[in-house]
Amino acid sequence: MIEIRLFASLREGREKVYKLEEAFSNGEEILDYFQIKSEDVAIFLINGMHSNLKNPIKDEDVIAIFPPIGGG
Amino acid sequence: MKSAYKGKLARINLSTREIKVEELDLELAKKFIGGRGLGTKILYDEGVAKVEPLSPDNKLLFMTGPMTAAKVPTSGRYMVVTKAPLNNMIASSNSGGKWGAFLKNAGWDGLIVEGKADTLVYLHIEDDKIEILPAEAYKGMRSEELDDRLKEVHPGSSVLNIGPSGENLSLMAAVMNDKDRAAGRGGVGAVMGSKNLKAIVVNATAKYADAFDEKKLQEANLECLKKIKANPVTSEGLPTYGTAILVNIINNVGSLPTKNWQEAYFEEADKFSGESMNDEILTKQSFCHRCPIGCGRVVNLDGKDVGGPEYEPLWAYGSNCGVIDLKVISECNRLCNEYGLDAISVPCTIASAMELYQRGYITEEECEGVPLVWGSTEAIIEWTKRIGEKRTELGKLMAEGSYRLCEHYGHPEYSMSVKKQEMPAYDARGIQGIGITYATSNRGGCHVRGYLISPEILGFPEQLDRTSVEGKAKWAMIFQDLTAVIDSMGMCLFTSFALGAPEYASLLNAATGTEYDAAQLLEVGERIYNIERLFNKEAGMKPEDDKLPKRLIEEPISEGPSKGMTSQIKVTLPDYYKARGWVDAFPTEETLERLGLK
Repeated sequence: MIEIRLFASLREGREKVYKLEEAFSNGEEILDYFQIKSEDVAIFLINGMHSNLKNPIKDEDVIAIFPPIGGG
Repeated sequence: MKSAYKGKLARINLSTREIKVEELDLELAKKFIGGRGLGTKILYDEGVAKVEPLSPDNKLLFMTGPMTAAKVPTSGRYMVVTKAPLNNMIASSNSGGKWGAFLKNAGWDGLIVEGKADTLVYLHIEDDKIEILPAEAYKGMRSEELDDRLKEVHPGSSVLNIGPSGENLSLMAAVMNDKDRAAGRGGVGAVMGSKNLKAIVVNATAKYADAFDEKKLQEANLECLKKIKANPVTSEGLPTYGTAILVNIINNVGSLPTKNWQEAYFEEADKFSGESMNDEILTKQSFCHRCPIGCGRVVNLDGKDVGGPEYEPLWAYGSNCGVIDLKVISECNRLCNEYGLDAISVPCTIASAMELYQRGYITEEECEGVPLVWGSTEAIIEWTKRIGEKRTELGKLMAEGSYRLCEHYGHPEYSMSVKKQEMPAYDARGIQGIGITYATSNRGGCHVRGYLISPEILGFPEQLDRTSVEGKAKWAMIFQDLTAVIDSMGMCLFTSFALGAPEYASLLNAATGTEYDAAQLLEVGERIYNIERLFNKEAGMKPEDDKLPKRLIEEPISEGPSKGMTSQIKVTLPDYYKARGWVDAFPTEETLERLGLK
């Protein structure tokens, strides 16, 4: 099971958290599953670490996906 | 010769009630730009580093930059520059809104306020005319009511003020403007209160500042606007969610300080996030002068629209106190605006008190009916009020800030501060670079002196590995120097998500006639960073003051995605000094020579 957390505008039309039994090999597959365009993703975390969409994902991983955001 | 500088400062002595118009030294302005840089240089030259901060000998500067009120994006910024009562270091506190633009449009590059009035007064500035007027009728008045009342007397004005906390000399008192914008840190509001100065009200006829080369400035302006509109942070993220969007991102990298930094991951952080704010209480965004971003928030509390919280107070009243109630957190932020208090230092002080209570150092009795329990909404509201009004023995002590509070109980290590100023909302154990800027910021714990969160977390201008120390010292220096430039120019730091040194150089050159390239402009920033450090040295700063709290070095993060991490500041600090040309925290003779500071 992997946990996928969506934030900000990525929550529109979607839930905040998904716990899925499906196997995803990497971020690209997750984006595909949720119909999220890669240009709408600014930060992709695997277990809190910045990752790219090709980094491998394994069982029990926690994924967090953010669109472009700000700071202060 | 036309210029975005007005060419004059007003020196106002409240003891003698004398007001002098002084010509702006343009050579000095060229070397230190304006705002933060020029303000610090003036204070340094006038021996202010040696004074008692709350004595009449301290000088309180309100400095615009050359770009303030110019026809460029975000041209509303000004700095309050003085010697900080919180920690005896240089205080240069930045604020937005409209007031800075009003001061510049009235014809002033800055104000130098000296001495102390014998009764409570306020200043009214209307273009060339400056009057010192009685303010006894406004004694004790809070920001919103004061703003309304002064605008009745002076229609069309912009108001800068202190609240009750500035008057009662809390070391966390802020200078407020336009109701809910704050020059928040270092206790600058207490300096204003110590001078018996309640407010500065400005009316201005002009609508914008001149430029050395109008055409070039217009071109540079359009280029910058294009870049700001093309950058997703400045064109989508900040406008839609404000800085509050950071709650979930910083929590999900396991670096959201929780319960006075005892932990760094808070399961329920989403409850006080930007997303929740949008769902539950947001009315609309708000904009400072000439700002195309609009990161400000207007929220609805009990049927009334008020200024909403930034990321910092959301964190500091939220996970740092263990609280999840967004409405109560927002109300606490509003109270800080009303009292005129630093909305980072106050909740961080409450958090440190909660830890002292947790450990049994603060007793039930001392809490006088409001126990300092983690997660208590009653505690954060009531203790903010007690701090604001200096009520109860413990409230009075807390009004001095977390360092003096914790030191009083024999445990200064529970003050999560650097140079006595409370650290902001990013755990330096999980993010290595921000730890360097915390430790070496000239005003103490601060994130806006070198926002390394941008590359380490947000990926601008490029994505760095937050856990790595590689190259972070050099990044820290560049960010600190560029920030010093922006703070001195009078523009908003948030433009730097989209703009870089070349863009700032083209704006400054067109506005004032300088001919800087990017590298030369960064060197001006370096000079400003060093003059601040010289001020601090004169004021008695020691090399060991550049350090992080023991907890960040000796207590690994206990839970969450950054479990096990500590700050590697012991490795990065020597690298940083090397990059700066400093030894034992201070510039070498060679560095001072190179920067023209000998």
